[in-house]
Amino acid sequence: MSKAIIRLAVPDMILSPAPQGSAATATFRVEALHKSFGADPVLKGINLSVQRSEMVFVLGPSGSGKSTMLRCCNRLEEPDAGEIFIQGDRLTGPGVDLNKMRQRIGIVFQSFNLYPHLSALGNVTLALRKVQKMPREKARVAGLEALDRVGLSDRARHYPSQLSGGQQQRVAIARALALNPTVMLFDEPTSALDPELVGDVLDVMRDMKRQGMTMVVVSHEMKFARDAADRVIFMDDGLIVEEGPPEQIFGDPQHNRTRAFLSRFHE
Amino acid sequence: MLDQFFNLAIMAKALPLVLTGLGMTLLICAVVIPLGALGGLLAALGSVSESRALRWLTIGFIDFFRAVPPLVLLIFIYAGLPFAGISMSPFMAVTIGFFLNNSAYFAEIFRAGLLSVPKGQVEAARSTGLGQRDTLIWVTLPQATRNVLPDLLSNVVEVVKLTSLASVVSLGEMLHAAGMVRSITYNASPLVLAAGIYLLLLWPVIRLIGRFERRLAS
Amino acid sequence: MERFIDTFFNAAVLARYAPAILEGALVTVLLSLLIVMAGTVLGSGLACLRAYRIKPVSILIVVFADMLRALPPLVLILLAFFGLPNVGIVLSSFMVLFVVLTLVLAAFAEEIVWAGITATPKGQWEAARSTGLSFTRALIFVVLPQAVRMVIPPLTNRAIAITKMTALGMVIGVPDILGQATTAQSFSANASPLTLAAIAYVILFLPFVIASRWLEARFAPPAA
Ligand SMILES: Nc1ncnc2c1ncn2[C@@H]1O[C@H](COP(=O)(O)OP(=O)(O)O)[C@@H](O)[C@H]1O
Ligand SMILES: [Mg+2]
Repeated sequence: MSKAIIRLAVPDMILSPAPQGSAATATFRVEALHKSFGADPVLKGINLSVQRSEMVFVLGPSGSGKSTMLRCCNRLEEPDAGEIFIQGDRLTGPGVDLNKMRQRIGIVFQSFNLYPHLSALGNVTLALRKVQKMPREKARVAGLEALDRVGLSDRARHYPSQLSGGQQQRVAIARALALNPTVMLFDEPTSALDPELVGDVLDVMRDMKRQGMTMVVVSHEMKFARDAADRVIFMDDGLIVEEGPPEQIFGDPQHNRTRAFLSRFHE
Repeated sequence: MLDQFFNLAIMAKALPLVLTGLGMTLLICAVVIPLGALGGLLAALGSVSESRALRWLTIGFIDFFRAVPPLVLLIFIYAGLPFAGISMSPFMAVTIGFFLNNSAYFAEIFRAGLLSVPKGQVEAARSTGLGQRDTLIWVTLPQATRNVLPDLLSNVVEVVKLTSLASVVSLGEMLHAAGMVRSITYNASPLVLAAGIYLLLLWPVIRLIGRFERRLAS
Repeated sequence: MERFIDTFFNAAVLARYAPAILEGALVTVLLSLLIVMAGTVLGSGLACLRAYRIKPVSILIVVFADMLRALPPLVLILLAFFGLPNVGIVLSSFMVLFVVLTLVLAAFAEEIVWAGITATPKGQWEAARSTGLSFTRALIFVVLPQAVRMVIPPLTNRAIAITKMTALGMVIGVPDILGQATTAQSFSANASPLTLAAIAYVILFLPFVIASRWLEARFAPPAA
C-alpha cells in the first residue's frame, strides 16, 4: 500500500514501465499530458506511445481520467500541458491546423453522438463533403464503403432513430473510419448498449484490428481485452499505474490498485 | 345583432379596401419576418457565445425589447423621433419597430433551440474535423431549428397578428382599412370581415403547430 | 446631444407629466394583475374541463382557444369597443381591455396547461386511479402538481406578452401608461413623455422578463 503511494510520487518517466517499441517509431504519442478542471487535477502526466497497428486497451476505475485523456488526444479538451504527436506531426501548440489533424484521429463516443437529422450515410459523409470537399457522388461511394466495413451498407438511408443501439454505434465507427484516420480512439463504445448488441460492435473492432488499424480503447470488456489487446494500460487517479501485455496485467498484476480493480471483475 | 356584426352588404362594400389592406399586411410580414428571424438568429448566437461581454450585450438587448410593448416602441419611433428631426414613413417606422421587437422574440426561441442541442453533437462534429462554422451550419442549427419549429411558427403567427398595430400609425394594413369603413358606416361588420380573414390565414397555421408539437413530444 | 436631451429627457416636461404617467402606471399594474389572475384561472379551469374528454365540451374549448389565439387582440378590442354598444352592451374602455385580454390569456393558458396535462405519463393516472382516487382527485392531487413544473415557464412568458398588450388600451382611451404618455406628448409637443413611458414599462416588465429567464433555466429539462 505505502509502496504504491511512494511510487506515484516519483516522476512519471520512472513510474511508467518502458513502453513496447520505442517512442521514436510510435504512430501516436502522448507526452507528459496534464489537465485540470479548476483546481482539480484530472491528468497528472500521461505518457503513451502507440505503435502502428497496435491495439492498446485502457482500464481504470470510473473518474480516473480515461475519457479526459482520450478527449485531450484530439484536443476536444484542451490540455494544460504536454505534447501529442501523430506520425511525428505535432498536434499541440500554436499554428496547428486542428481540423486537418483531427481527421487523422477518429474517436467513438460512449453515447454514439450520431446526428439525428441526417441519415446513416449523411452522418458518414458530412465531414467528407464539408471538410475534404469531396463531390457528392464520390462521398457517397466512400460513405457506403465505410458503412460496408461495419456491415451496415443496407442501412444507409436509415435515420439514427430507426437503428438499434448497436447499429448506431457501428455507424458512428463508420463515420470516423470514412476519413481514413491513422488512429482510432474508443471511449467505452459498448457501455451504453444492451448486452446482446455488444458483440456486433466488438466484432467490428476486431475486424479493424485485423486490417491493421491503430487503436486506443477504453472499455470494461475484459474478455475482449484479453483476446484482442496487444497491450493493456491501467490508469488510476490521472496516472498510468501499470502497463503490459494482457497476460501479465490480468494474470499477474504488479500493483495493489490494479489487483483491487481487477478483482471486482472476477467475482 | 346579425345586422350589426354580419351585415353582408356592408361587408361586400368593405371587401376591396380590406383586401388592399391585406396586401399591406402581407407586405409587412414579408419584410419583418425574414429580417426578424435573421436578427434573432444573430442575437441568439451572440447570447450563447464564449465572450461574456457579447453574451451580456445580446441578452440585454433581448430582455429590453421583450419588456417594452411593441406599440410603445412603434409610437416612440413614429411620433417621438420626429421631435429629434428623424422623420420616417409609417412603413419604415413599422419595419424598424417590429424588427427590434421580433428579433428579441426570435432570438429567445433560437437561443432555446441552440441550448437544446447536446454538447456531444458539437464534439462529434469537431472530432471529424468540421470547423466552428461548418459545425454550426450543418450540425447545430438544423437540430436547433427542428427542436423549436413549433415555437418559430407560433412566433410567425404572433408577427402576423402584430401587424394590426400598424393601423395605429395610419399604415393602411387590413385592420386600418376595416376600421376606416367601420367609422364611416357605424357598423362593426368590416371588423368582423377582417377578423374572418385573420382566422382564415392563421387558424390552419395554429392547427399545424399543434400537430408539430404533438409529433415532437412523442 | 443637447437637442437629443431636450427632446427625449426634457427635465421640465418630465417633471410636469411624471405624475400623470405614474397614474397611468397604476392603471397598467391594476389591469395586468387582474388579467393575469383571471386569465390563468379561467384557462386552467378550461384545461381541466377538457381533461374529462366530453366531446362537445372539448370541441367548444378548442374552438374558443384557437379563435382567440388566431385573432389579433387589437381586432378584438375594436370589435368589442365599437361593436358591442350597437347591440346595447356598453362597457367602459377599461372593462373592454380587461375582458378581451383575459380571454386571450385564458386561451393561451388553456393550451399550455392542457399540454402539461397530456405530457404527464399515463402511468401516473393509472397509479392514482389504482389507489382508489377518483378522476377529479387524480387530476388535482397527482397530475396537476406535476404539470405545473412544465407549465410555469411558458405561462410566465405568455402572461408577460399579454399584459404588455395593455398598452393597446391607448387606442380606445384607457388612461394607462401609454395613454397618459401620448396625451402628454401631444400637449407638450415633446417626446419626453414617451421616453418616460418606455422607461416605466421597462421598470415594470424587465424584472418579470429576467425572472422568466431564471424560471426557464430552472425548470427546463437539461440537454442530454
Ligand atoms: N468538463 C469537466 N468539468 C469538470 N470536471 C470534469 C469534466 N470532465 C471530467 N471531469 C472530472 O474529471 C475526472 C475524470 O473524469 P473522466 O475523464 O470522465 O474519467 P473516466 O472516463 O475515467 O471515468 C472526474 O472526476 C470528472 O468529474
Ligand atoms: Mg469515461
